[in-house]
Amino acid sequence: MSQNKYWQSFGEVNDPENLKKLSQDEFQEELPFEGFDDKGLIDAKAPRRDFLKYLGFSTAAATLAASCKIPVNKAIPYANKPENLVPGVAKYYATTYVQDGDVIPVVAKVRDGRPIKIEGNDLSFTGGGTTARSQASVLDLYDMYRAKFPLHRVTKGTDVTFQEVPTFEQFDKMVGDAMKAATGSVVLLTSTITSPTTKEIIAKFPNLKHVQYDAVSYSGILLANEASGFGRKIPNYDFAAAKVIVSIGADFLGTWLSSVEYAKGYSKGRKIDEKNPSMSKHYQFEGHLSMTGSNADERFTHRPSETGAVAVALLAAVGGSVTAPAIADAKLAAGIKKVAEDLKAHNGQSLVVCGSNDKNVQVIVNAINSAIGANGTTIDWSKPVNYRQGIDADMAQLITDMEAGSVGTLMVYGANPAYTHPDAEKFKAALKKVRVTVSFNEKMDETTELCEYILPTHHYLESWGDAEAKTGVVSFLQPTIYPLFKTRPYQTSLLKWSGATQDYDTYFKEYWNTKLGADGFNKALQDGIKEEAPAAAGAGSYSGGAVAEAASAIAGYKKGTGVEVVLYQKVSIGSGSQAGNPWLQELPDPVTKATWDNYALISMAKAKELGIKLDTDYEYYPGKPVIKVTVGKKEVELPILVIPGMNADTIAIAVGYGRNDGLGKTAAGAGKNAYPFTSYNGTTVDNFATGVVIENLNRKEKIAQTQIHNSYEDREEVVRETTLASFKKHPNVIPEWKQHLKEAFYKNANDDFRQATLYPQHEQPGIKWGMSIDMNACFGCGACVVACHAENNVPVVGKSEVLRYHDMHWLRIDRYFISDKENPDNLKGVVFQPMMCQHCDNAPCENVCPVAATNHSAEGLNQMTYNRCIGTRYCANNCPFKVRRFNWSDYTGADSFPNNQDQQIVGKLDPVVFQMNDDLTRMVLNPDVTVRSRGVIEKCSFCVQKLQAAKLDAKKENRPMKGDEAKTACQTACAADAIVFGNSHDKESSISKVRAENTQRGFHVLEQLHVLPNVTYLAKIRNTDEIDAHWGGEHGEEHAADSGDHKTGEHKADSTLPSVPKTEASH
Amino acid sequence: MIPCKPIGKKLTLTLLSVFVFSFVYVSAQDIAAGKAIFMGKCASCHQIGKNGTGPALAGLEERHKWADHNELLKWINNPAGYMKNDPYTQGLLAEYKSMMTGFSDITLKDVDDLVAYINDADAKAKAGPSTTTTTGEPEKGNSNAIIFGVISLILAIIALILMQVNSNLKKMSDDAEGISRPEQVPFYKNKIYIAMMALIFFAVAGYYFSKAAIGLGRQTDYAPVQPIYYSHKVHAGINQISCLYCHGSAWDSKHAAIPAVNICMNCHKSINEYVKGPKLYDEAGNEINGTAEIAKLYKAAGFDPAKPNDWDPSKAKPIEWVKIHNLPDHVYFNHSQHIRAGKVQCQSCHGEVTAMDEVKQVSELSMGWCINCHRETKVDFNYSDSTGNKFYSIYEKFHNDIKNHKMDSVSVKDIGGLECQKCHY
Repeated sequence: MSQNKYWQSFGEVNDPENLKKLSQDEFQEELPFEGFDDKGLIDAKAPRRDFLKYLGFSTAAATLAASCKIPVNKAIPYANKPENLVPGVAKYYATTYVQDGDVIPVVAKVRDGRPIKIEGNDLSFTGGGTTARSQASVLDLYDMYRAKFPLHRVTKGTDVTFQEVPTFEQFDKMVGDAMKAATGSVVLLTSTITSPTTKEIIAKFPNLKHVQYDAVSYSGILLANEASGFGRKIPNYDFAAAKVIVSIGADFLGTWLSSVEYAKGYSKGRKIDEKNPSMSKHYQFEGHLSMTGSNADERFTHRPSETGAVAVALLAAVGGSVTAPAIADAKLAAGIKKVAEDLKAHNGQSLVVCGSNDKNVQVIVNAINSAIGANGTTIDWSKPVNYRQGIDADMAQLITDMEAGSVGTLMVYGANPAYTHPDAEKFKAALKKVRVTVSFNEKMDETTELCEYILPTHHYLESWGDAEAKTGVVSFLQPTIYPLFKTRPYQTSLLKWSGATQDYDTYFKEYWNTKLGADGFNKALQDGIKEEAPAAAGAGSYSGGAVAEAASAIAGYKKGTGVEVVLYQKVSIGSGSQAGNPWLQELPDPVTKATWDNYALISMAKAKELGIKLDTDYEYYPGKPVIKVTVGKKEVELPILVIPGMNADTIAIAVGYGRNDGLGKTAAGAGKNAYPFTSYNGTTVDNFATGVVIENLNRKEKIAQTQIHNSYEDREEVVRETTLASFKKHPNVIPEWKQHLKEAFYKNANDDFRQATLYPQHEQPGIKWGMSIDMNACFGCGACVVACHAENNVPVVGKSEVLRYHDMHWLRIDRYFISDKENPDNLKGVVFQPMMCQHCDNAPCENVCPVAATNHSAEGLNQMTYNRCIGTRYCANNCPFKVRRFNWSDYTGADSFPNNQDQQIVGKLDPVVFQMNDDLTRMVLNPDVTVRSRGVIEKCSFCVQKLQAAKLDAKKENRPMKGDEAKTACQTACAADAIVFGNSHDKESSISKVRAENTQRGFHVLEQLHVLPNVTYLAKIRNTDEIDAHWGGEHGEEHAADSGDHKTGEHKADSTLPSVPKTEASH
Repeated sequence: MIPCKPIGKKLTLTLLSVFVFSFVYVSAQDIAAGKAIFMGKCASCHQIGKNGTGPALAGLEERHKWADHNELLKWINNPAGYMKNDPYTQGLLAEYKSMMTGFSDITLKDVDDLVAYINDADAKAKAGPSTTTTTGEPEKGNSNAIIFGVISLILAIIALILMQVNSNLKKMSDDAEGISRPEQVPFYKNKIYIAMMALIFFAVAGYYFSKAAIGLGRQTDYAPVQPIYYSHKVHAGINQISCLYCHGSAWDSKHAAIPAVNICMNCHKSINEYVKGPKLYDEAGNEINGTAEIAKLYKAAGFDPAKPNDWDPSKAKPIEWVKIHNLPDHVYFNHSQHIRAGKVQCQSCHGEVTAMDEVKQVSELSMGWCINCHRETKVDFNYSDSTGNKFYSIYEKFHNDIKNHKMDSVSVKDIGGLECQKCHY
């Protein structure tokens, strides 16, 4: 039995008193009250008379400015209106998000010719799920830092200028002439290409060598699978079919291969049927705390260099004929043993995945999967996936060729080795020896700015195209907007330069028209996806021939001592290709809740070693100690973040940061580049480094974290979490607590539920909107947060404003660590809790608004009226969930007064705010949602514009609205279907059903306050055998027998849960 | 007073019943439904009393086999199929040179409604000039207020004079009786009078000041000069073009968009001079040359009336009309919601556009004005007689209340029509 504690910051664990004191201050910094010194008011910098003068003048000026000039607005209709287009009505086009080999079929919402929102495609293998990055991709379309026209890089001495090439014909001629003159081979360097038509074009290009290079490489898996007899491909993993899931360092819910699909499958095994509670079991072995690891039932940590040893030990334990290496860490050794037992017990129902890029390690993983009967059950080799195809040796060979001067022309698309390569300097030097260099990249990234000819390609929302994510499953791209800039598909350039006359659009249409017929092609475009009959042949069969060699190779690996660095991808930034995206930069990382930066994640033990005290000062103030991380000759200075549950000697750094200015003002200056810490081992690129030296530089840098911005002021019962064993033992803890609360309230209210409040009850005669969030299916990925940004025009505020607690997210995902009370480093799990306006029936915010700007609707919504709000912020203060956001500045440029963005007057805003206010970027705004101005409160509206639209559709069609018809943006974005929304008055709606079927897990946050939220949470259950003392009372063991007894329940509630404040029942 | 939907509807109904009585009994519901179908599907090609792209629909039942609505239905559902064995419709095609569009979703009931509407509209047109909507009741309340104001002012002045007379008389009687009193202060120096006058002044000035302040930014009667003198009276009034023919997106969208040049050119390809209609005058009283205004359209469209077949619509340039009805950005207003779900007539808010040459803003488009209508208007609730919008079947509480006679009708305010977040989000 253990005593668990839920906590968000080290301050809560180590220094609660001080933290409480600090969090009572509204402002963390000293407020700049100028001029209030002893000289008296009249001599102060702003004396009273001046104040009155300004007041009078500005009132008069405001009145004049706001009202006297009535602007003349023009209404300019189409000259020739397209027949199927109605202004003001959105159209939806199926297309496909393609980035670095990632393929996510999506549906683009196009409003008056502008794509403004990305939704998942329900017909596809992703089941309609999306990621944060695909949600944010629509903003990349309107990125003002995109390369806008063909450029020629001209070098004069040391001066480098980029000159615009006026026409494509001129550009074609320039490049054509240069290519003809250049001796040597012609090489096309790309990220993974999944498009069948593009592959055909590349194949037809005479004497073209195609090299695929992935920023974060999966060569290890590809080569290992080849060695294991399956061919050079990556299989399809079925996480839904697996009862036991073991991940050795694979972040499969966040960044590993097709995380959307995996999250969907994984969530199916994690959702609980109360009648017969069971769920899949997830073990994670890793060095640092990844997002996937946070969701694991049991985690074991190891050094990154030990990955191979862990895999071999696991293979030995499941019965493989290899010698188990010695595992020094007793906990880890025991873990491997336990996992092996579980795997053996679930033969044919389990799956092992590994994030390592080492061929030998992956060979061992294949052997484990073969031993546990995963092939053909949870691993499908008949439909291999094509997300990553780059082989690191090819890239190494290319650089050697370039250095030797045998490459005449190098064309680059999608790849950015000058930034992502382990030895970028070597690549840059080699690039100088190539005679003709051409870049097709969308932005002036690190590689593109070194190329001589730059012909930017379309954004995917402007393109025709196709992507074969899995063999036989093709998804299609179709343009949703006319190209914004003078760009051209790179395939067209390849066609032109190979002598063809067609452009890519025609080529693509002809290819598929021939293959599918005109009707079939139209249908495929409309669906966005076309599934062909799976190829029966070519699945291959397992051969264990390479195992012995791999095991002995692993045994020969150098044992790591001292500190090691592991590189990881953040779910928001990934490998860095979308780093210029403001929504993604401001999306808090799931685990650290940090925005706008990368940092060194270190363990609590290491922090202690470095002399960093984890007190309230460390946690509360944004300045974090900076360390210098040195590997060989490479060094990086980064602020640290201490995270529990890390391997003591592991430091984790996210890649994708530290960009050049060409990528835009958003990415520039955020974090440091960690790619130099990767290294090429002769076969593959290693994403970790050993022999690391760290040094405390005794200075601080600020990191903008959001987790501690909102305090629940010591109120408990915000998260509810327990283990599967405890839940089975005491299934009725939550219902009993609810009953207890009800009785207490009723007693104070003459046994009348309605009288348990001072305020009149609101009636909902027709619809009552409600939401339910399954915390077992929320993995923290943040797709919903970005979707909310896009749907509701939520502003981006920039790092300096996040540092001042001014972040504007309507929806935040709170992260709670679960650990022992005494030992916070003994991390047992992490709870992710999406938190947005709870739309309380007894909303405390409504009662305190002096101007009734927030009030209740007849459909149970807590409405916020911006044009009525005068900015007292009383509502935000009185909100127990701290979900209301205040526009401290004019983040959106919506104010009538241009002065509100004057840096002299309102304080400095980051450049990103101005980027978001650019006319081009503003094209992404949803025209149905007001853009809020300075001085008003905003918050989650349950996407009221979508609810209104759903109701109107039903009214227009003269039919009742179905309970599930209206969907919120967060709900549709979620790959794991964690969010259910609908009309709770409709008994047939999913929300009613979910609530009725989950009475044992359903709870409201802070239920004892009797604010009656309309958002239900389903308690998180971890699949472990641990008996959780927090759940079911201190005397859980003794009362196990009579847990159904009502008296016991009440007693438990009294003793362990905060008792109902009897005198405050009507608050 | 603003002519809101209920008043308009009631009057329309009364008028309609007068006209319809002498023919056959047709329920207003059918005519309304027929009108909706006509506007949505037919009006782009057909007019009631006049041949357009297709033949005039008045007197439809007297032609061919159309008295049998089943035949008519077959024709509407599948014109191409029907035509194969039907010389009459083949003749129509030859005459009008454009194929009738088929509407497979039209039912027999729809045809009945449609014909009912066509007959009704035809009868009305024959009976005399259009009286479809009224401009509202005379502003009784307002004139009463003026009368009361004037009376109280007169009474106040009389009272003042009487008081003055009284004090003078008193002074005279005092003088006569030899009582000496301190010199009377003249009334304009009397502090009480001054205070009272100041109070009245502030009250009156404050009233007008605040009223003016509230009215700032409102644009009632706003009638800007448009790039082309386009007369709604000629188009929608005299020629009876349906509002939705040009502003079709009002049916589907939040915007009642201004028609594209190609919509204008649908008709103006053949109508290239203004001769028959009444003389047109601008605001200053200058006569407008209609033909010259049509030429302005041709300029934008890039159309040469001498060579109509050479016209390339893709070369057209949009016309920069001046927007008359401006709502603030924080207001969400949806036209389709009002005309389809709410069944509000265009004229309820836009006034008698059919009588306006240059359109002006009739309603003040203020929040109070919106809210007032939401307060009074009944929703198309599906009462127990199973008419009305089926959407409202989910309002169980109201159905029960109506059954138990706790309420007799449901208005927009009952379903949340006064709530902030119906229009502000």
